[in-house]
Amino acid sequence: MGFNWLSEPRGDYYTRHFVPTPEAEGDRLILNLGPQHPSTHGVLRVVVEMDGEYIMKAEPVLGYIHRMQEKMGEVKTWRQYLPNMGRVDYLHALAWNWAYVGAVEKLAGIEVPPRAEYIRVITCELNRISSHLLWWGAYLLDLGAFTPILYAFADRERIMDILQMVTGSRLTYCYYRFGGVSADLGEGFIQATRDFLKQFKTRIPMFHDLVTGNMILRGRCEQIGVLPLEMARRYGATGPVLRGSGLAYDTRRAEPYSVYPSLDFQVPVGVNGDAMDRYDVRLAEMTQSIAIIEQALEAMPDGPHINPDVHERLKPPAGEVYYAVEGGRGKIGVHLISDGGPRPYRVKLRSPSFCNLQLFAELAQGTLLADAVSILGSLDLVIPEIDR
Amino acid sequence: MTMTEIISHPLTKLVLGLVLILVFVGVNGLILVWMERKVVGFIQRRPGPYEVGPHGILQSLVDGVKLIAKQLVTPRGADRFLFWLAPMLSVTPVVICFLPIPFSPGLTAMDVNLGLLLILAFSGINVLALCAAGWGSNNKYALIGAARAVSQSVAYEIPLLLSVLCIAFQTGSLSLSAVAEGQSRGLLSWNLWVQPLAFVIFFISATAETNRAPFDLPEAESELTAGFHTEYSGMGFGLFFLAEYTYMIVVCSVATALFLGAHDGPFLPGPWWFVLKVYALILALMWFRWTFPRVRFDQLLNLCWKWLIPLGLANLLATALVLKLGE
Repeated sequence: MGFNWLSEPRGDYYTRHFVPTPEAEGDRLILNLGPQHPSTHGVLRVVVEMDGEYIMKAEPVLGYIHRMQEKMGEVKTWRQYLPNMGRVDYLHALAWNWAYVGAVEKLAGIEVPPRAEYIRVITCELNRISSHLLWWGAYLLDLGAFTPILYAFADRERIMDILQMVTGSRLTYCYYRFGGVSADLGEGFIQATRDFLKQFKTRIPMFHDLVTGNMILRGRCEQIGVLPLEMARRYGATGPVLRGSGLAYDTRRAEPYSVYPSLDFQVPVGVNGDAMDRYDVRLAEMTQSIAIIEQALEAMPDGPHINPDVHERLKPPAGEVYYAVEGGRGKIGVHLISDGGPRPYRVKLRSPSFCNLQLFAELAQGTLLADAVSILGSLDLVIPEIDR
Repeated sequence: MTMTEIISHPLTKLVLGLVLILVFVGVNGLILVWMERKVVGFIQRRPGPYEVGPHGILQSLVDGVKLIAKQLVTPRGADRFLFWLAPMLSVTPVVICFLPIPFSPGLTAMDVNLGLLLILAFSGINVLALCAAGWGSNNKYALIGAARAVSQSVAYEIPLLLSVLCIAFQTGSLSLSAVAEGQSRGLLSWNLWVQPLAFVIFFISATAETNRAPFDLPEAESELTAGFHTEYSGMGFGLFFLAEYTYMIVVCSVATALFLGAHDGPFLPGPWWFVLKVYALILALMWFRWTFPRVRFDQLLNLCWKWLIPLGLANLLATALVLKLGE
């Protein structure tokens, strides 16, 4: 059964894809997972056509929280658009902050002080850990284990407390500025981060002990949603989803930015490309993030935290720029076009969740409903990022 | 008919027993819901209910009042008769299951020779209720949940029966009181030591039969929102809830009577021991629920057909053989 969506130009959703053929009529069940459903973690809607418990077709329906983030970029000044970034992916908001700020800095040729670069690395990696923690809890919730999410939240809470010290917010951060960050890290922040890392290092083995080895969990993850590397490339998958399939593609290494080249960390990869590999990759990434933060805390020089020469009403020269960073879900790209005015001429956001979601239709085809939920969870989607 | 005759009449005893059982079921339901929430709170490192009454002990009572006070909503397109029959059908047989349970010698509502059969037969009706709920709701999630419930219950009734039969062979009676009587000579006389495999099979099957996690597929939240009771609110949902918790007590009581020496124990009077053992088993069920992920449906059935049924059969044959040779 092939998918042939592009050649079908008209008709509403059902008649395009779910034409009841005589033999299938009355047998197949069309089920809506979402837009309000426990497994979609937001307002994603997946229409599945089922034969018994087997999924014959699955198609994600997007757009329930489309907020025109890209269009908003064209009507706000360069600086005014900054807070929008925290709302694209609310779980790894600082990575989006960084992608946009980095793009504008590249376009306008703004120097970033070294201390600011290290501060960005530290806060962004802390945010990555909190994002992966939430995924870990939510994924296990999808698999029917309720308890882990509360353990994950205990640690996530501490990260949010730490980030609150400097950013002032707990979820939708807007901390980076053109040429630096809005506030310097104090002694309190550094001490709290060190304390947290020390404690969190003992928590990851505990997570493994409690959950990873569980027979039922392995039965629900191993050989489920096997994503061949060729298919991952075809859909443009990035992040842990791609790395789970065995390719060590990490934007921090592949297209180095900031001070990442000077930091020592590994890019964990999987072998089979199944849900278990994606699970392992994310847990290993948390360990790597700890290592990155520790090195950055050591190496962080003194100095200013922001470039004071950036004009308040910034007008980057006319031109085009693309800047990519590694977010918790994959490669975050910001493409800006400037006509030399106070506002961007065009903003294009490349969100990893959008690409990763497209995999779902093909991965879920022919699986059991329970597996489809497991696959959807293992892709780690953030719905506002898909719809933007 | 004199007063004494009326009091000693079997019918009076039955009615009295039923009333007491209803009280027991209601109070136990309240305690169990509170206990479950406290246990899960403990497992998840949070206090659990704390606001209503000391340590939230009145929480489930208040929840019950809320459920009773809610409007009864029948979804559009639902089969009204089946839709409202289902919750009642799920509670009633479970209550009847209490009749032959021997809380202690003499403390049995109705001491019948076929007590075990009675329990197994009536607990089977529960499936019918889930099926009716799923079909009557006119909801796809509910329908899938009901289909799952039926195949799960049908499959797991077999290993349940096989393990129960072992004990019946051994005791030579289907009366729970007789089984309990046979184990009343101290810890070593418990059937658990003679039939450990049967106990394991029974307990796993009982978890599946009561639709408790990790086998709670008929109401798998992440897949089917709430499964067969998706469309129920208010007391319709409340009755399903009550039935689930009551069913838990029934299977744990049967397990206690069959394997754990029923009312046998030192110092405390018999009924206390019985209830203590039942609650210990229920605690284990809660522990399962909040620490395991959910199994997938084919894994669930594989476990039953490939492991529990062959093992149960082998165990039954071995029991029969040993009994025959020992004659």
